[in-house]
Amino acid sequence: MSLTSEMTALAPDVIEETSFLRDALRAFRKNRMAMVGLFFVVTLILAAVFAPWISPHDPYRVALDEQLLPASSTYWLGTDNFGRDILTRILYGARVSLVVGTVPSLIALMIGTVMGILSGYLGGRTDFVVMRLADMMISFPSLLLAMVVMYTLGANLLNIFIALALVGWASVARVVRSQTLALKGKEFIEAARANGASRATIMFRHIFPNVVPTLIVLFSLSIPDAIMWESSLSFLGVGVQPPGSSWGLLVAKGKEYLFQAPLVAIAPGVAILLTVLAFNFIGDGLRDALDPSMKD
Amino acid sequence: MSEVVLSTRELTKHYVLGGGLFSRRHVVRAVDGVSLDIYERETFALVGESGCGKTTLGRVMLRLHEPTSGTILYRGQDLSRLNERAMREQRKKLQIVFQDPYASLNPRMRIEQILAEPLRTHGFGSAEAIRERCAELLDMVGLSRRYLRNYPHQFSGGQRQRIGIARALANKPDFVVCDESVSALDVSIQAQVLNLLSDLQADLKLTYFFITHDLSVVRQFADRVGVMFLGRLVEVGLTEDLFDRPLHPYTMFLISAVPRADPRQRGRERPILMGDIPSPMNLPSGCRFHTRCPFAKDICRTEEPMPRKIDDRLVSCHFPLES
Amino acid sequence: MATGDTVLRVRELRTEFRGDRGHVRVLDNVSFDVGRGRIVGLVGESGSGKSMTALSLMGLTPKPQSHVSARSIELDGVELTALGADGLRRIRGRDIAMVFQEPMTSLNPVRKVGDQVGEPLAVHKGLTRRQIRARVLEMFELVGIPEPKARLDAYPHELSGGLRQRAMIAMGLICEPKLLIADEPTTALDVTTQAQILRLMRELRDRVGTSIIMITHDLGIIAEMCDEVNVMYAGQIVEQADVFDLFERPSHPYTRGLLASIPKSTEKRIGRRMPSIPGRVPDLARLPVGCRFSPRCGDVISVCRQEEPALAGLAEGHFARCWVHAPQAATAGGRDAS
Repeated sequence: MSLTSEMTALAPDVIEETSFLRDALRAFRKNRMAMVGLFFVVTLILAAVFAPWISPHDPYRVALDEQLLPASSTYWLGTDNFGRDILTRILYGARVSLVVGTVPSLIALMIGTVMGILSGYLGGRTDFVVMRLADMMISFPSLLLAMVVMYTLGANLLNIFIALALVGWASVARVVRSQTLALKGKEFIEAARANGASRATIMFRHIFPNVVPTLIVLFSLSIPDAIMWESSLSFLGVGVQPPGSSWGLLVAKGKEYLFQAPLVAIAPGVAILLTVLAFNFIGDGLRDALDPSMKD
Repeated sequence: MSEVVLSTRELTKHYVLGGGLFSRRHVVRAVDGVSLDIYERETFALVGESGCGKTTLGRVMLRLHEPTSGTILYRGQDLSRLNERAMREQRKKLQIVFQDPYASLNPRMRIEQILAEPLRTHGFGSAEAIRERCAELLDMVGLSRRYLRNYPHQFSGGQRQRIGIARALANKPDFVVCDESVSALDVSIQAQVLNLLSDLQADLKLTYFFITHDLSVVRQFADRVGVMFLGRLVEVGLTEDLFDRPLHPYTMFLISAVPRADPRQRGRERPILMGDIPSPMNLPSGCRFHTRCPFAKDICRTEEPMPRKIDDRLVSCHFPLES
Repeated sequence: MATGDTVLRVRELRTEFRGDRGHVRVLDNVSFDVGRGRIVGLVGESGSGKSMTALSLMGLTPKPQSHVSARSIELDGVELTALGADGLRRIRGRDIAMVFQEPMTSLNPVRKVGDQVGEPLAVHKGLTRRQIRARVLEMFELVGIPEPKARLDAYPHELSGGLRQRAMIAMGLICEPKLLIADEPTTALDVTTQAQILRLMRELRDRVGTSIIMITHDLGIIAEMCDEVNVMYAGQIVEQADVFDLFERPSHPYTRGLLASIPKSTEKRIGRRMPSIPGRVPDLARLPVGCRFSPRCGDVISVCRQEEPALAGLAEGHFARCWVHAPQAATAGGRDAS
């Protein structure tokens, strides 16, 4: 065809092969706050994983003669009312808090994504049912909902997951649904339909990849939420049970000694604060890096 | 001209707006009783201003939107009666090239995936055969095969439009709707893409339904033209005839409104249509054009003109020009 | 054209953007004049720099990524390059006004049209509400808005696209600016509405004597509206001429290509194929060596690929930036030299 020469003769033969995620990664690396957050989180994860090897003391050893000691060279952050090393307790608590931060978020994300895409793309009755369900979830006081779940099913880790996922999916579904609605009107979705693609193909091959960046951001921003939730539940006594440890539980137990030994409550509190901040920085960085409006 | 590829009879698409708890129900008559025959290997241009329903008509013809009533016959087969599965099978032959080269390609898919998907949907063959066909498609639209692994955002508007064309051609279609397919492109690129479209038409025996608001392109590119106003076809005829001797006043005003790329003609007195298009939610009585038509008489305000044949032309006007 | 009655004189306007890929010069040595009561066209494809020229003149380029410099920008005797940001702000809307492409988005949807159109008066002239209202009404009548009194209190969504663009023009002209910059003012409108707006702008020029810079990609609009034309390509003016000269004797191969590739609604079609310019507009961050048009040019000679041509004079008021079609003297010609 004669026209072929009109373009190709002049255009470069190869365009550098990049991918969206690679570009996003490059943008993320330039964000200093996000990188600090990432560094903190990675360190924390390593510390939590290797807690048995790096913690200076045994987390469960009770030493009644060493109760509520202030910070010293032996006990860097002092001891609690059973004479246990607070730093060690925080490191072990990180394991629970991180798991609780991620697993329920992931479950909520998966449920929310499927519900959101179905609801947005299929519309009609499906949309109505899913959205009313989500409305119910959102309008019900979520702390109460979580507490009810914990009371009826019992206070253990698995039930915390269930409670948090139940609370979290609805808002994910709403975000995904509105994105799906916007994408549904795009010409490339019509093009897929014009090519005879089935509804399942359109929903999961065309729409889903376009919501992934949003999901990543939602995920990173929901982790601090979940950590806070776990802390609240444990603080209220329906979360992790002693002698296990989580940051929320540490703060809850420590509050009784706030005046004698403030570190007992404040140290895990600060750990929560820093972690939540770090995840928020990462989330903001991801949101900027993945924002499609920054591209083309 | 030869065999009819696609025809519509009294095709209608009404949208219902509002009608909820607190809002009044409005019916927008986007397409309102369009009957049309498109012949094999011709380029039929549908022109009209925004909101006249031309884009909706293109979508409804392919059943991308469901018609409210009327029939769509593709080579004798009534598309409006097919179930979803049978319709999906027909989509191989009925394709569309979109307006916005930025919105019509999935930003998260590589060019290869974009081109391979319609092939896979219709069981083109082995992975190897599909890969070869994708490369062939890029050749066909004048792009390098090496672009297969790239993403849409790495291309210019003109290149993306070529990719959109390649995707439409993947399964060797018969009938292609081009919905403002060159409107978003720069002039010099526009000419390239139009040339590509006409080369492809000759090579692949395509029939084009070319939707546009740009009359200059139509004159160069189309065999026949249909002029649409508020959901109805007001005039249909051969391109030359229609441009040289418009019969419907609206057609005449449309043609005279196009700026001429010739400064010596600027002094000419030309008729300019005043006023705005009436809202499709609140259509005027009688002829839909009478509120803007300087030639309107009493009958135009009360009675809607039916399409009638004058020579080779169809015109819906009580008082066609020059007849 | 002599400098005698020049409203705007632009010399060596340069705009750079600082980005990920280093400095990109989006405007390079743009020099042109606008005579009083004249309509001067800036025509080019996307990325040619035509809109950037307007934004640079108005001081509206995005900060801090962009940097605008010029040897001189003189508006009716006032040197704009000597003014600070505050000085420019006072000029904007009063002495230079702008009409944008999108009448839908350039009006605030939650404020009444009359109030918005009168805003430049409130900002620059400090008139009372009643005076402003009277003046807006007058402007609405001038730009041919039907039932002007009722429209004063309308919201933007209650007006059609054509009426909104009329309101925008009214807003542009309300302070009787020395210069009106219209950036693709009819691109978003239908043809019949476009014809109305273009006629309105021509009439306003004839009656009020406004000088207009008309930015467009449509050579048809240039032919209908402009007195002089600047053809832009990849950040430069490549041809500058009187409108009749440009259409009768286009010199630069790009101009010729553009003129050839517009489908002519008046001409019978000869075969299907249309003349087209091969290739695409270059990436401003990776410009070709020599003439910027050389990779797409059919008349290219070896010097074109080595050295950049200057804007050289062909005839009185007709300049082109081309090695082949314009006499390239030892010194640069065109507006650059004056």
